[in-house]
Amino acid sequence: MIRLDKVTKLYKGGHEALREVSLDINPGEMIFLTGHSGAGKSTILKLLALVERPTRGQLLVDGRNVGRMPAREIPAYRRQVGMVFQDHKLLDDRSAFDNVALPLVIAGLTRREIGKRVHAALDQVGLLAKERHAPHTLSAGEQQRVGIARAVVARPRLLIADEPTGNLDGDLSLEIMQLFRRFNEVGVTMVIATHDLALAGRINGRHVVLGQGEIRSDEAAVAAPGPAPRALGQ
Amino acid sequence: MAALLTRHVQNALAALGQLSRQPVATLLTVGVIAIALALPASLQLLVQGGQRMAGSWADIRDFSVYLKPGTSLGVARDLARTLAEHKGVQETRVIEADAALAEFGRDPAFGDALKALRQNPLPHTLVVRPDPEAAPAELDALKAELGARPEVDLVQLDTQWLARLAAILDVLRRGIWIAAVLLVAAVVFIVGNTIRLDIQNRRQEIEVSKLLGATDAFVRRPFLYIGFWYGALGGALALLLVVAGLLLLRGPLARLLQLYGTDFSGFGVTPGTALAVLGAGLVCGCAGAWLAVGRHLSAIEPRV
Repeated sequence: MIRLDKVTKLYKGGHEALREVSLDINPGEMIFLTGHSGAGKSTILKLLALVERPTRGQLLVDGRNVGRMPAREIPAYRRQVGMVFQDHKLLDDRSAFDNVALPLVIAGLTRREIGKRVHAALDQVGLLAKERHAPHTLSAGEQQRVGIARAVVARPRLLIADEPTGNLDGDLSLEIMQLFRRFNEVGVTMVIATHDLALAGRINGRHVVLGQGEIRSDEAAVAAPGPAPRALGQ
Repeated sequence: MAALLTRHVQNALAALGQLSRQPVATLLTVGVIAIALALPASLQLLVQGGQRMAGSWADIRDFSVYLKPGTSLGVARDLARTLAEHKGVQETRVIEADAALAEFGRDPAFGDALKALRQNPLPHTLVVRPDPEAAPAELDALKAELGARPEVDLVQLDTQWLARLAAILDVLRRGIWIAAVLLVAAVVFIVGNTIRLDIQNRRQEIEVSKLLGATDAFVRRPFLYIGFWYGALGGALALLLVVAGLLLLRGPLARLLQLYGTDFSGFGVTPGTALAVLGAGLVCGCAGAWLAVGRHLSAIEPRV
């Protein structure tokens, strides 16, 4: 589905964030990108979101070199990618419902369809009761779950998350990861960047470790046994 | 197609809603736009009125030919007949001295004074109407020729100031055009700058929308509609100002026009003027928004 072929990314000023990285991501996979800050995790996500372009090498999505995609085609591409951010990037001037609805408004769905899908997405993250709340009145964990609802509401094939648990404590982090796992189980391909190795180690998935712009290891991992996560919405 | 239309209507209403949430700021902007549009429009109206007034006199180019006192009525009539055949003269008319005196007598200001006179001091007068196509030079020649006749005391041609008035009005009209162009440009800049600030305030929303796959058109549309509303509201308010100004001027203006024998009716905001003011508002609003959006929106790319 996604192939990075000897991708190098040089930022202005000469910092080499990725050095000839090659990586294949198959449909339905759940991939954790781990490593220290500056290892290149975020850069891979930025390339996948087409916020940045590869300096050298190819980024193929469904066989197409999106690294050279013309700017006018980027919006349509991004509509197929769900994104979750560390700071969740919710808009504070509107309700949780309206935040989650935004991708569907952009896609031009009818009001009825939007209402149905937003309620379904909010239900999946356990926040249906808080649809009228403004994001800043919600807890950190709730805000991130609204962000996740927004990322999945348009039913993307690929979901990318950059340090989604960076602002959350242990239990909430695990809860978010379990939520990702559930979406992955219904077929969404997941690429999650996290520096929290302990947390990633508790979730089944493929672990790609980056260091100084190169892939250090790439292996499937089975979750270590740990305490059961608490149920959502409690 | 219907979905696109629905979306446009939603955008338009949303933009109006956004403006109504900041009533003071919106009113200030709309007020500035309205004043800038109302100024040239009302000046233009006044000059148009002046031109109508001057225009209604343009055909009055008659000479008043005062005959020497003591010239008999028979001589006056003969002269009138002779002049009527003259080249460059359309027609002539005799105003008898007694008729002129009677006319004066009807005016209460002169009535009593005239009663004190023992005899009619007025001469017979000819009114000579030149050919309507006669050029100013021909009129001058005619005037000289009439003045040279032995029976004639004085020839008056009172239309020169009309030509001056027309020239002044032309200068004013040109000046108003220049002012209008400058003020319209000012409106475009006002709208552009207001929307630039709006874009800055909504930077986060624009970034997030772009990350979620919003096209440039999607991001642009709300701002264009805000410009549209600024222009529409500004134009409407400008029209209101012009109408209100005319109402205030109505009394004095009607008196002035009456003094000059011009009808007041039909003077005012015509549908054409109204459309021009509203249209100018709309075009300026949309143009300002378009400029601001073109310059500032593309500069906002999402950072993650």
